[in-house]
Amino acid sequence: MADTVTFLRSEEQTMLASALRDMLGDMVDMDRIRDASLTTAAIDRDVWKAIADMGLVGLTMSSAHGGADSPFTDLAVVFEELGRHVVPVPLLSSVMAAAALEKGGTEAQKAEFLPSIASGSSVATVAFFEDAHGSPDHPLTTATQEAGGWRIAGTKRFVTDAIHADLFVVSADTGDGIGVFVIPAGEGVSVTPIPALDATRPLGELALDAIVPSHLRLTGADGSGIVQRACDVGVVAIAQEQVGGAIRCLEMSVEYAQSRYQFGRAIGSFQAVKHRCADMLVALEHARSVAWHAGATLDDPDEAAIMVPLAKTVCSDAFLKIAGDTIQIHGGIGFTWEHDAHLYLKRAKADSLLLGSVGSHRDRLGDALGISLGSVRRSSESTRASAP
Amino acid sequence: MAAPDPQASMVQEAVDRLLAEHPPSATEPKEFWGAQFDAGLAWVDFPKGDGGLGVSPRYREYVTRRLTEAGAPTWNRTANILGIGMGAGVLAAHGTPEQRARWLRPMFTMDEIWCQLFSEPGAGSDLAGLSTRAVRDGEEWIVNGQKVWTTLAHLSKWGLLVTRTDPDQPKHLGLTYFVVDMEAEGVDVRPLYQITGEAEFNEVFFDDVRIPDSQRIDEVGAGWRVSMTTLMNERVAIGGNTVARGTGAIAAAVSTWKDSGSGDVATRRELVRLWGEVEAMRLTALRASENMKAGTPGPEGSTGKLAWADLNKEVTSFTVSMLGMDGATIPEGYTLEPTTYDTREEERVMSPQRHFLRARANSIEGGTSEIMRNILGERVLGLPGEPRVDKDLPWKEVPRG
Repeated sequence: MADTVTFLRSEEQTMLASALRDMLGDMVDMDRIRDASLTTAAIDRDVWKAIADMGLVGLTMSSAHGGADSPFTDLAVVFEELGRHVVPVPLLSSVMAAAALEKGGTEAQKAEFLPSIASGSSVATVAFFEDAHGSPDHPLTTATQEAGGWRIAGTKRFVTDAIHADLFVVSADTGDGIGVFVIPAGEGVSVTPIPALDATRPLGELALDAIVPSHLRLTGADGSGIVQRACDVGVVAIAQEQVGGAIRCLEMSVEYAQSRYQFGRAIGSFQAVKHRCADMLVALEHARSVAWHAGATLDDPDEAAIMVPLAKTVCSDAFLKIAGDTIQIHGGIGFTWEHDAHLYLKRAKADSLLLGSVGSHRDRLGDALGISLGSVRRSSESTRASAP
Repeated sequence: MAAPDPQASMVQEAVDRLLAEHPPSATEPKEFWGAQFDAGLAWVDFPKGDGGLGVSPRYREYVTRRLTEAGAPTWNRTANILGIGMGAGVLAAHGTPEQRARWLRPMFTMDEIWCQLFSEPGAGSDLAGLSTRAVRDGEEWIVNGQKVWTTLAHLSKWGLLVTRTDPDQPKHLGLTYFVVDMEAEGVDVRPLYQITGEAEFNEVFFDDVRIPDSQRIDEVGAGWRVSMTTLMNERVAIGGNTVARGTGAIAAAVSTWKDSGSGDVATRRELVRLWGEVEAMRLTALRASENMKAGTPGPEGSTGKLAWADLNKEVTSFTVSMLGMDGATIPEGYTLEPTTYDTREEERVMSPQRHFLRARANSIEGGTSEIMRNILGERVLGLPGEPRVDKDLPWKEVPRG
């Protein structure tokens, strides 16, 4: 399957990208984003409403639930355009929550929650992570069966857009594997904002002590599979955002290298600057290929096992390098608050750490490839063992 | 292939007829290639009679695919790559009908092997600064000078040669392009031993070599333009290859990890990182080839050479490191002594150490990584060029050394 997947954008995707670029170009005010980055509740409500009105939140969701049945690559186009502007909208959060519901929800659960997420009238997010280095496979939050449902108790951290969310998709240890629950904001759910390095993606902590009715546990798939699917969708969506951010950074860098004169020459004519730009281009083109292919093969489990961690590692490394180089090429002005470059650097660093670090995804990729710590034949040991 | 397209059906019929009249399983390669040339299926986009059918070059891939599927021999394209891959394109663009009639068919049938005589000891990245001289003598030219890094020169009948014919002009303007008979008197081909001990390349010395003016390609002074055609064809011939996931140097790295690795976490992560970079490059090559076919080429088509050179050096070096102190030794059966002369790759005793050494050339051959970065920066990203001190000076006044 993987080799028949195309890298070419459809005509519709090209039109969508260009419409979004025009719209965001008009709507997004970088000064407003800079100001918002001083808060813990950044959201551009105008952009959020506009993309919701265009039907983009529910793009990949089933039409039975208010979606458009589109392939993930359509959504990838949206994330790339949003990434160019580091615009704060809770699309990633809602898309991940919807992915969990689509994977693990019963028909009734999907019908109850997905339409309002698809329309943008509800903001949803996922609460899977707790410890800074912990994997989502082992939640410390507990789910205990009680009269009236499940008691969910514990603390979730690194919850994106928590402050804006109407619905939380929460993982918890049931004593018999992971349970995933849909918990509406309100009683028993207390949200505290966490100041974020990249404040354009607000983070929050969720203190949970809630009784959740049994019908709000997602029972259509096993809990760890639901969490995995939502995280995979999130990683690939972020990868495409990283590509968008990297594209914008390289544009800024090239424009500056063409127009900034020192020693009587445009600095882009110096090989030290030019070659750095060339290396940025190589990194960008690689990231672009990986992100797109990961999006196009997300529903192929064998391919996703490789492509999701590959997207995380390659696109994170590329964006971080490119955002960092962008500041270097701009020199002093690039280090100022008033320049946009720092917004991208902060986004790049945070992206490389959220939903599991680059290192943890490298380990996951190694496992998928059979490059495991246990696979080494220790010839020295066998020699030693056979020595007299 | 869509039926209503007359070019498509013409190509399809020609392939069908060739395969029916010359079944690959019952035909000697040389005979098949001759028939393929006569059927216009050597380079389908060339004119009829010159090994083509005068159709769009996009049918080249169709022909190759059909012939490969039918088990026909296609290895002449690699074995005589400097002829079939580059020389043919030069003759098509700049040659006379007589020149095409004389050279194209025996080139395609491998009766005559070709080489390319461009680089010189004093002209590497700055090819236009070359100093091999050709001086006119009636209907002949007399050539003196030295070329270097010439693949296949010792097996070749013909060479693509660029020379300086007017030292009073600025460097790009005083060049003229010839096809030289490598068996002519005064041509001396010597093996050039490299850091692996092998000699994949040659040095070629010209001592009063006479070339008939009928073997001049295009106008006197047009050598730079013809050279550019050659190099463009070189990129098409060498680039655009897509490989299977996890093959090549990275496969050797993975098996070295499994057979001889230290098994530590840091080494594993570095190996996986490299695997990922190689895969990203591979996917980019696939994307480039798809975009090329769709007629929408983008920057992804220009990054491959640079990325590959750097990565191949990194991967092969890392593979030797994974051997631990064994990496500091030379494996049994492998030698670094300069005793081999252009042994075919499959016959050589290979070792991670040899690949590590050979990879150093990747960022030098076919355009150094510095030149590739200039190309990406200037032609793809649109950054301004370096100031050039030699551009308008007569060639003979340009400092050299």
